[in-house]
Amino acid sequence: MYEGAVQELIDELGRLPGIGPKSAQRLAFHILEADAGDMQKLAEAITAVKTRVKFCSICGNVSEQDTCSICRDPRRDASVICVVEESKDVMAVERTRSFRGRYHVLGGAISPIDGIGPEKLRIRELLTRLSDDTVQEIIIATDPNVEGEATATYLIRTLKPIGVKVTRLASGLPVGGDLEYADEATLGRAFAGRLAV
Amino acid sequence: MYLAHLSLTDFRSYPGLELPLGPGVTVLVGSNGVGKTNVMEAIGYLSTLGSHRVSSDQPLLRFGTEQAFIRARLVRGEQQASVELEINATRANRARINRGNPVRAREILGLVRSVLFAPEDLALVKGEPAVRRRFLDELLVTLEPRHAATRADYDRVLKQRNALLKSARGGRLNEAQESTLDVWDHHLAGTGAELLRARLDLVQRLQPHIDTAYASLTDGSKIARAHYRSTAARPADVVSDDDGAVASAEAPAAVVGQDSGDDAALLADATVEELSALYVEALRAGRRQEAERGLTLVGPHREELELLLGPAPAKGFASHGETWSFALALRLAAYYVLLDDDLSGTQAPVLILDDVFAELDAQRRSRLATIVAGAEQVLVTAAVEGDIPPELHGARVRVLPGTVELDGTHGG
Ligand SMILES: Nc1ncnc2c1ncn2[C@@H]1O[C@H](COP(=O)(O)OP(=O)(O)O)[C@@H](O)[C@H]1O
Ligand SMILES: [Mg+2]
Ligand SMILES: [Zn+2]
Repeated sequence: MYEGAVQELIDELGRLPGIGPKSAQRLAFHILEADAGDMQKLAEAITAVKTRVKFCSICGNVSEQDTCSICRDPRRDASVICVVEESKDVMAVERTRSFRGRYHVLGGAISPIDGIGPEKLRIRELLTRLSDDTVQEIIIATDPNVEGEATATYLIRTLKPIGVKVTRLASGLPVGGDLEYADEATLGRAFAGRLAV
Repeated sequence: MYLAHLSLTDFRSYPGLELPLGPGVTVLVGSNGVGKTNVMEAIGYLSTLGSHRVSSDQPLLRFGTEQAFIRARLVRGEQQASVELEINATRANRARINRGNPVRAREILGLVRSVLFAPEDLALVKGEPAVRRRFLDELLVTLEPRHAATRADYDRVLKQRNALLKSARGGRLNEAQESTLDVWDHHLAGTGAELLRARLDLVQRLQPHIDTAYASLTDGSKIARAHYRSTAARPADVVSDDDGAVASAEAPAAVVGQDSGDDAALLADATVEELSALYVEALRAGRRQEAERGLTLVGPHREELELLLGPAPAKGFASHGETWSFALALRLAAYYVLLDDDLSGTQAPVLILDDVFAELDAQRRSRLATIVAGAEQVLVTAAVEGDIPPELHGARVRVLPGTVELDGTHGG
């Protein structure tokens, strides 16, 4: 145990995902020894992100304004919505440059182990977006793992009765993984070959 | 195939071990507790990514270390291959094939084919259904490595579904929970059906070999059979013990002498889709009971490979000697199935017999020795030379604490 502020920093860093006690300690000492100005910038970036960044009121993606830049962009095709689990998946799909429609971020996947049922995901908000005829197709791009598949099944069962066209990314994505780790070419191909369900 | 070299780093009692091996029989001799099983366990681990003694990796790491390596050089017909497995205390295990880039450990499944006989095998006959399910699933994964993913997905779906059932208050599901449960039913049935289809096919492949192997180990007066009992085929049988499967020897639903049937035969022609539909139906029927118990009662995780000796269940009825013969017959049947599967003639499994001869009477000893002596590579361990049947002539390796001493028949 270190004294006061150092230990507090180690504890806080250790709470971040993917950071074990050893890494937390290494990072804390790096911060301690680093240039004060640089660390000031880091602290400000964290504060800024927490005060300025919100979630888009339409799609749930991270945004500095009420709506995100993709939802505001008139060149994006409003008739297709790609449904993903997290904001970082939006970035992954954007990198492929294979998709010109809009997004809907669920905020996770169905996972009873973590106490996450469909009511905790932004599914109601998705249904609201389907209240007129603007949206013609929903592409489900949840992660290719057990929770992502279950979420996809739930969405398909919820969306089908509405009559909107529902498609699923073609297989070929590495099974058991995260969408964000799929390389651009593979993910791009999965978009091109999406299947109606 | 055979292992030409095995090397261990910080695995169990070995800081570093270099063990040159060759085709044919190699006998490892050394007093109890010296580290013979540790070596066999390492080879078994390369083959199945599991230990036959412990369920976690921690005991495999040498006391005080955080990382162990198992490396082997294999010879398959004209080809050589090398495989390295890194076991980590705090990170995911990794593997390297032919010194390539590190990959997920799972990628090496199917590469090192082995069949391990150990004193623990008695549990195949006397133990809980889980032991026999593991026997089937391990063989399945060796034959078709993609089933490792099926297994992992199934286990995950099962965990999620159980969590959802447990969240039902007082055994009552609200409407939202019901519709979410429908989704999990769909996935449980789907992955479960894939696993079931594979198990049923495997049981049918094992069946004739179990009987021949049992007959060749004994004087052949009794017929040994293995019947699969599936919750898809007999939803009405779903019993309510926590760990058990649809049938257990303590409560033989089938009166002795009355054949309860083999679902592997019954469902021989059922497609994965049809099996999945059967599971969905069974899940529907059992839903209320499952919600009350907070537990999934239908699926491959509750099924049983029932062993029969003549008309009676082996569990609870077979003598000690018969129990041993049956356990050995199951392992031999696994060996024969792997031989049948080896169309190229280069993938015959390595046979590992760890300390089993000491457990057998003279007749079973010599019959087993005669059967295995012809395998491409046989590794045998014993505490004393006298336990090794004369049929198993071969290279001798003396095992000493943390190291081995070769008798100099194999090159390095
Ligand atoms: N993780 C470990 N680290 C160090 N030594 C171990 C470890 N696991 C087991 N051992 C030692 O290995 C020995 C048992 O080896 P084993 O291969 O089972 O013996 P045998 O030759 O009788 O088959 C014991 O002395 C035990 O203390
Ligand atoms: Mg031993
Ligand atoms: Zn938006």
